[in-house]
Amino acid sequence: MSGRPRYALEGVNISKRFGHLRALEGVSLRLRRGSFHALLGENGAGKSTLVKCIMGYHRPSEGQFLIDEQEQSIDNPHEAHRLGIGMVYQHFTLIPNMSVAENLVLARPCLPARIDWRAETRRLREKLDALPFQVPLDAAINSLSAGEKQKVEILKQLTLDCRILILDEPTSVLTPDEADEVLGRIKAMTRETDLSVLIITHKFREVMHYADEVTVLRKGRAAGTTTVAGTTPAALAGMMLGCDPKRMPSTRREVAVREQVLDLERLTVLDDNGEPAVRGLSLSVAGGEIVGIAGVSGNGQRELVQALCGQRDIGAGCMRVQAERFRATREEIRRHHFRCLPEEPLRNACVPGMTIAENLALREFDRAPYARCGGWLNRAAIGARAAALIERFSVSPPVPAMPIGQLSGGNVQRAVLARELSGDVSVLIVANPCFGLDFAAVAEVRERIMSARNQGAAVLLVSEDLEEILELADRLLVMAGGRLVYETTPAAADLTLIGQHMAGH
Amino acid sequence: MSGEHAGLLGVLIAVLGGAIRVGTPFLFVSLGECLTEKSGRINLGLEGNLVMGAMSGYAISYLSGSAWLGVLAAGLAGALLGALHALLCQQRNVNDIAVGIALMLFGTGLAFFLGKAFIQPTAPRLPAIALGGWSGSPVVRAALEINVLFVIGALLAPAMGWFFRNARWGLMVRTVGESTDAALAMGLDVNRVRFFSTVAGGFLAGVGGSFLSLYYPGSWNEGLSSGQGLMAVALVIFARWNPVSCFYASLLFGGAAALGPALQSVGITWGYYLFNAAPYVLTLLIMIATSSSRRTLTGMPGAFTR
Repeated sequence: MSGRPRYALEGVNISKRFGHLRALEGVSLRLRRGSFHALLGENGAGKSTLVKCIMGYHRPSEGQFLIDEQEQSIDNPHEAHRLGIGMVYQHFTLIPNMSVAENLVLARPCLPARIDWRAETRRLREKLDALPFQVPLDAAINSLSAGEKQKVEILKQLTLDCRILILDEPTSVLTPDEADEVLGRIKAMTRETDLSVLIITHKFREVMHYADEVTVLRKGRAAGTTTVAGTTPAALAGMMLGCDPKRMPSTRREVAVREQVLDLERLTVLDDNGEPAVRGLSLSVAGGEIVGIAGVSGNGQRELVQALCGQRDIGAGCMRVQAERFRATREEIRRHHFRCLPEEPLRNACVPGMTIAENLALREFDRAPYARCGGWLNRAAIGARAAALIERFSVSPPVPAMPIGQLSGGNVQRAVLARELSGDVSVLIVANPCFGLDFAAVAEVRERIMSARNQGAAVLLVSEDLEEILELADRLLVMAGGRLVYETTPAAADLTLIGQHMAGH
Repeated sequence: MSGEHAGLLGVLIAVLGGAIRVGTPFLFVSLGECLTEKSGRINLGLEGNLVMGAMSGYAISYLSGSAWLGVLAAGLAGALLGALHALLCQQRNVNDIAVGIALMLFGTGLAFFLGKAFIQPTAPRLPAIALGGWSGSPVVRAALEINVLFVIGALLAPAMGWFFRNARWGLMVRTVGESTDAALAMGLDVNRVRFFSTVAGGFLAGVGGSFLSLYYPGSWNEGLSSGQGLMAVALVIFARWNPVSCFYASLLFGGAAALGPALQSVGITWGYYLFNAAPYVLTLLIMIATSSSRRTLTGMPGAFTR
């Protein structure tokens, strides 16, 4: 064994800037040969940027990579493949109408003019026999389950003889059983062969079960590298969340609490694969309080918010608003003053090609004074209201006729806040409202949410940013595996305990 | 009794013969459209290629004295229209459906304009293989005159199926049609692959047009095509983008179109126009029967599902 390099891949002081944004700051990473290394971090911590640098999609602004302890510059993905680095992306890149064999053959760098399927199948079968996954070669991709597709994605890289396998949240589309199978077999491969694996994840369970070592990223910096044997989920959570400088908290006023504003009763919501994402969740939010739901993303928060906002059907259970059954119809939304600030507002709450004025009118355009006798729009009234809201919420640039898709993320958020928070608000659903916003915009958005609460709205805040919840919420709930598993108040919050529950322990 | 029997048999044979005669242009246009759509682009303008092919095939056949030169010219005219479609579609923000409709009108209009001079003269026609020599009945003999182009088309369908499965170029066409992302990741030039697929598809549609003017009905005039080029697009969907199914579907549509004339030939005259509508009714019925609002069509190239 002597003389063989100890590290399959090393990144030394990698920095990457996009304009003024510092995505990575001096991150170092060492992937031991034949090890299973996890890269852990919140959204936006720089995990994806780092692996894109490794794969040659981005060039690091500073720093260098060593493959087998030889310095290499990885200028493009082809170069990465040549060096034996393969990556499995979060979303499937297979061609659904083709068979497994066709997909695997197409991945080859050069194809013969005529493909001898008998020889190709024999060659593939020989390779697959040596690998731990078995997939039916002649099955069409679109007849496979998500787990099988993921296996084909991994096989595609392995049949190309890659020695360093990068997996970007490989289990986000898998059931827990499928995830265990896939990760377990890859782990076994790292033991039996030369394969080294770098896995991006934010699931503590997978890190603790499968990884040998873990590197934690926080805000573009390496918060630490440790062996999994020498750490605990709580310690990892602490490294992930860190301690940020305190900002002026939003002003919280004492308000009279109204009961029974938003009640969820044994709510079950299915995800895109038909699996339950929210499992029998019961919750009630009173008027004049903010209830924060913390949790690692992918534990059903997205589906919960979609169900509340009318974007997803409910599997079982029921939602009540002001003691009446709520099905998120346009009439009910209007009658109950139900407002929603979903994540990625440009995609979930706007029509990007329509103007700011039109987007601001989406809730009201079909009613007087914006619509007159039989559905004629009163453009003057719509424009005047838009101008007033733009002024009040300082949307920039203040041009009502500009398509909303051309605004910056913070201004889209301001415009959606202007639409949702103008007028009476009884219920406000908010999901990751500050994601991707700068410091000033964050403070402003939080202030607006707090003032909605101070005026008596029942606010449900779903966020992956624990700090945000600790600042805004009156009560804090932790969601894991589609259930609410823990409740506390920000005053009594114990980060270690919260971290453990977030990790599903 | 026996006369009725002969009549029924006669209708069946006439429908079979008609299926082959009327189905041949369907076959070429649908194979062309199948190839183009497999690459992820819809060319609705093949009706224009068909009419343009019919006109140029007839004109060149008349001017050169060779029907086969006419077929080649028809194919080239179709390929030119295909190239125009492909070049327009690879510009930014250009919609292939709109370009297709424009080129359909352009192709037919251009063919009428250039073809005025060739309505009167008689051009050499394509040869046929007489398979009905064994029969004494002129109906049977007429029905079983098989044109060489049909034989070429019948061989082309499985060949195209083989091409999609076993040839590197075939897999490239399918990859481009299924997933632009996957194609780009493989380093394929998406526009180039689509260009050649559309040109080749246009060539085939042009050849289909030459069958109309050089064999059946066998002359050039402005009412030559009754929308075969458009129906062939529907036929590709019905055939689920499978070339061999395109062959059977063309025969089915051809047979349906031949129903009216076949019944008339044995003396059943009522409902002539009703039976002539059979292919259109068939199109509708098949589309309704085989479609579902809940799932996308099997075999549909991935480029159309977004």
